[in-house]
Amino acid sequence: MSGPLKISLTRRYRFAASHRLHRPNFSESENARIYGKCSNPYGHGHNYSLEVTVTGAVDPATGMVANLGELDPFVNGEVVEAFDHKYLNEEVAEFSETVPTAENICREIYRRLKRFPAARLERVRLEETSKNSFELEGAADDAP
Amino acid sequence: MEGARVRDKKAMIRVTRKIEFSAAHFYHNLKFSEEENRRVFGKCANLHGHGHNYVLEVTVAGEPDPATGMVLDLKELKDILQREVSDRMDHRHLNYEVPELAGQIPTCENIAAAIWKLLEPKITRGKLDRVRLYESPDLFADCTADSNGAHA
Repeated sequence: MSGPLKISLTRRYRFAASHRLHRPNFSESENARIYGKCSNPYGHGHNYSLEVTVTGAVDPATGMVANLGELDPFVNGEVVEAFDHKYLNEEVAEFSETVPTAENICREIYRRLKRFPAARLERVRLEETSKNSFELEGAADDAP
Repeated sequence: MEGARVRDKKAMIRVTRKIEFSAAHFYHNLKFSEEENRRVFGKCANLHGHGHNYVLEVTVAGEPDPATGMVLDLKELKDILQREVSDRMDHRHLNYEVPELAGQIPTCENIAAAIWKLLEPKITRGKLDRVRLYESPDLFADCTADSNGAHA
């Protein structure tokens, strides 16, 4: 017999955005040394791929941890519409002070999505390119 | 948190085998009105059904046998997956032809859990660590043991 099982559901979303890695409190040479090409003053962009993982009890009436009819509009509203085809440094308020590295984008996405009411947000995983990915996993007792 | 996934002990290795199968399903709850079924399940409520190319990744964790260098024989795992999963589900209608899913909505979540229950007793070398079932490249469910019992 199997013991208790844990089920999670992961959905992938995509958005394309531009950014620039640059900190005003660093000198130009420091910015160039730390961020390299990513510090180009005109910015550059990526096709981001975002995996959102939620977990919780499977509702016997629906067979679901979360209904995509609820998850998709929530993620699209909180993240995709806010980030897609935007210049993150200037068009997403949270990145006016915070450098929009993929790590910080993960944090901001996690902060926005943990309010999802129907299941517990377990992880966000962001691929900036097919070669680089970043994950943030919340604590089990994360307050919603 | 990864539930009860085997912690990265020194010599613990995870081995993953992938298979694909194609099956039909639809979502319908007899206790719901037609309008409710449509509202909750959307296009998936179409009673004629629709299908997917499912991709299943099965992960077994264990310490390699010093004699063979293997956690388990992948040929053996391949045969188990063929018998327990492909023979039951490939080119089948999940609502009608799979007793393990009887009375359940055949969602990714429920299919992954059913596959876990089929495989767990059959894996005798190593320990079943994770069942990951892709319904499409953009949607998958993971099933692991829940050490906390939080979602039993």
